[in-house]
Amino acid sequence: MKHRYLKNVATLNLASEKCIGCGRCAEVCPHRVFSINERKAQIVDKDLCMECGACAKNCPTNAITVDPGVGCAAAVIIGWLTGSEPSCDCSSAEGC
Amino acid sequence: MSNEKTCCCSASSCCSMESITPYDKNDKWVTDEILTPKGSVPVISTNLHFKDILGAWKVRWGIGRMNYKISPGLYAIGKPDHTSPVLVSANYKLTFDVLRKELSGLDCWILILDTKGINVWCAAGKGTFGTDELVNRISKTGLSEIVMHRKLVLPQLGAPGVSAHEVTKQTGFSVVYGPVRAKDIKAFLDSGFKATEEMRTVKFTMWDRLVLTPVELVAAAKFSLMVFGVMFLLNLFAASPFGLADFIAYTGAVVTGAVITPMLLPMIPGRAFAWKGWLLGLLWTLGFIWYSGWLVSELLLAMGYLLVLPSLSAFLAMNFTGSSTYTSFSGVIKEMKIAVPLIALSTIAGIVLVLIQSLKV
Repeated sequence: MKHRYLKNVATLNLASEKCIGCGRCAEVCPHRVFSINERKAQIVDKDLCMECGACAKNCPTNAITVDPGVGCAAAVIIGWLTGSEPSCDCSSAEGC
Repeated sequence: MSNEKTCCCSASSCCSMESITPYDKNDKWVTDEILTPKGSVPVISTNLHFKDILGAWKVRWGIGRMNYKISPGLYAIGKPDHTSPVLVSANYKLTFDVLRKELSGLDCWILILDTKGINVWCAAGKGTFGTDELVNRISKTGLSEIVMHRKLVLPQLGAPGVSAHEVTKQTGFSVVYGPVRAKDIKAFLDSGFKATEEMRTVKFTMWDRLVLTPVELVAAAKFSLMVFGVMFLLNLFAASPFGLADFIAYTGAVVTGAVITPMLLPMIPGRAFAWKGWLLGLLWTLGFIWYSGWLVSELLLAMGYLLVLPSLSAFLAMNFTGSSTYTSFSGVIKEMKIAVPLIALSTIAGIVLVLIQSLKV
């Protein structure tokens, strides 16, 4: 069964004019969000994006932007309580 | 390459080579040492022993989970030479075991990065499985003099931390991302570094979810001990003390949120984790109240539990977002902005009702 999370929330963005069609984004994406057509990357299904940031990190022309973050409620709560940036700090928190 | 059974590093005469990767001589998974132009490298077994399996079981239950690691550095599988592939991984012992047991019959190098004992994906998210650590580890181990080719195989899930083009710029090594799962590595190497779509897709099977639930349960149990403590204290002056039925109702809600909801995840209607947990928590609580006949005899208590227990399941289920493989940060924030205030209000209202019933104020 395919897992699907909330719709229309992902911050993923692709600037096609900068894309050189190297295919790295399609290679690294764990949820197969990208496909390469006629030497250009395309976002096939944005709602599958989990904002891990792999595509943006490996895009040689910075054509992809995404606010990477941990989709982890415990980290968010700790962030709210301490007023710091939520980080998946597995060394102190349980989970993740 | 040397085929010597043992390295005589302690004797002064025959061997001036130092070990590239320090290791504990008592570790059963090191079977031999192999000599390279830069020093000796431990050869590791592709079989798991009882101690490895016990260790995996312990960390799944959260025992010593933050200190289950091996030395970063270079390791050998089989009899690798200067043409053998180099696989990169993390120094979490559980990760290392999952990887090496899939490599039987291969000759390859394994470059282990210092991820502070965290798995590849989490470490990549934090940046410890990252460009800088990889570049440093390549130079520290002298890898460019041990292998003549210039290609590294990284786990695909390391990509959030590593910038492939940056690594190439700084070290001359090109990066190929291998499959998501270690079990596909042989097929990947045999096909000339080609991963199928299936190999590149992260899954989250019921088994994957089930092995993650013990840690959730242990965390919930620690919290529950405090709840039981408070209930015990209340019992000292309660008009109608808490008993076995209350214990079962509460424990059921915890198990529903921390185990049942994660297990049934994609089958439960809706998308938000808190919603899924709340829904199952409600079913549990309704079922239990109906079975106990509380709707007739203890309406106030029943109402109280209907407010508290599904909220508790919702909260525990929401925390499972951190263990899941597909929730985005933006999505979790959106879910929490709605769920957390509702959970808090419902819990407080429910506790007030339960206390009124129990203390008969």
